[in-house]
Amino acid sequence: MASVITRVKQKQIAQLIAKGKRLDGRELTDYREMKLEQGIIERAEGSARVLLGKTEVVVGTKIEMGEPFPDTPNEGVLTVNAELVPLASPSFEPGPPDENSIELARIVDRGIRESKAINVEKLVIEPGKKVFVIFVDVYVLNHDGNLIDASALAAMAALLNTKMANYEIDGDEVKIKPGYEPLPIKRHPITVTCAKIGDKLVVDPLLEEEQVMDARISMAIDDDDNICAIQKGGSGYFEPKQIFEASKIAKEKANELRKKLKW
Amino acid sequence: MNEKPEKLIDKKGLRLDGRKPNELRPIKFEVGAITSADGSAYVEQGKNKILAGVYGPREVHPRHLALQDRTVLKCRYHMAPFSVQERKSPAPSRREVELSKVIRESLEPAIFMEYYPRTMIDVFVEVLQADGGTRCASINAAALALADSGIPMRDLVVACAAGKVDDTIVLDLMDTEDKVGSADVPVALMPNLNAVTLLQMDGILSLEEFETAVNLALEGCKQIYAVQKEALKTKYVTTKEENKEEAEE
Repeated sequence: MASVITRVKQKQIAQLIAKGKRLDGRELTDYREMKLEQGIIERAEGSARVLLGKTEVVVGTKIEMGEPFPDTPNEGVLTVNAELVPLASPSFEPGPPDENSIELARIVDRGIRESKAINVEKLVIEPGKKVFVIFVDVYVLNHDGNLIDASALAAMAALLNTKMANYEIDGDEVKIKPGYEPLPIKRHPITVTCAKIGDKLVVDPLLEEEQVMDARISMAIDDDDNICAIQKGGSGYFEPKQIFEASKIAKEKANELRKKLKW
Repeated sequence: MNEKPEKLIDKKGLRLDGRKPNELRPIKFEVGAITSADGSAYVEQGKNKILAGVYGPREVHPRHLALQDRTVLKCRYHMAPFSVQERKSPAPSRREVELSKVIRESLEPAIFMEYYPRTMIDVFVEVLQADGGTRCASINAAALALADSGIPMRDLVVACAAGKVDDTIVLDLMDTEDKVGSADVPVALMPNLNAVTLLQMDGILSLEEFETAVNLALEGCKQIYAVQKEALKTKYVTTKEENKEEAEE
């Protein structure tokens, strides 16, 4: 996501971080102020808005009936999509999803899927034929850095807010009954991103920090402090010891952030 | 569909294909497999068969993508329709778009990008047959192809995965282990700079297991690096001898 940043600013950010300080006065491992709201879109089956500093992400979920994948006849289907909406940043363009939005969607997807956050076996209506398909749509509304963590958190919050219709099977037909029940959620993965700037690791990078970072590493951590998904991004590298340092930071920060999720 | 095996590691501690937990699959690297390309390589790792070709530095297309202070690296990872059990549509999938991005980002730190402003380098990777760990094998092939093209590089890039199957941390997962196993950690390394340029993971690992897996993958990278160097020497020593013979004639 190549937006412009002046050399002076680049230098200022790098020098501050080398001294253990940041543009907005945070510590290297501090998150920005976070606000989380659930149920903001009534038409959606579930929804959430996350504000991470000025970064804003809305996630809405929809549930439809569909066919399971042939290799998993006894599991419901999870589909994650991300839209980098053009109004959110001068670098976003209308059109089919580019590699950045595909990567974002797949990181969010991997965290939820690999942690087994949703009990997908409970989404089966008729094994091999009919299951519930959960659509998670990530909508980035303002880009001020760290879309990954904001999107992953908003997605989990929206899933926790999602209501499934009651149904009964009448012969070949599936009848929808009145009333709702919550989506069967078992785990609560939290994704934490560290940016590498100079030889320092910085949590929750601002957009300006992302523009000077060498690389980033995102780790999804489950309720038992296990890692369940990782993605390195950016055209720089990490030393092996920095990776292990990032995993320890991610574990600690995930526990802090998880307290913001209500369930 | 293949049936899921009950056990991925037998009583003797051996894996489905008879390997020990820390053993790599057989490797074959061949540098300069495509005569039309500026650099190329053919790689076999287990049943993976992968071709990589490099074109450039050449004119940027479309031109507005050109950068004034460095070259543009483009990478396309693509699987042939016949490379997997069920035919894969030749249109690029979301997985292929993501892998193209992470493979590009794994190669970029090794290239002196600033040497070729206003140009672009194309790296094309075609997976002819997939057997688990294609992104790692693709990086190995692409790095060899880049080196073969003569583009100045800080280091080679070498990749290898580690993972967890049946509670054991193993090296270089093959197809079934990748699908049925409990975690997969692909890692790419610039071996002389000790710099990790690709790291992904899916599955569930504790922090300790993760550290063990990364270290095992790095060991695997170093073994593969030796084979990469050999492959480059094989091509260029032969070429040198041929040139000498021609000169003598």
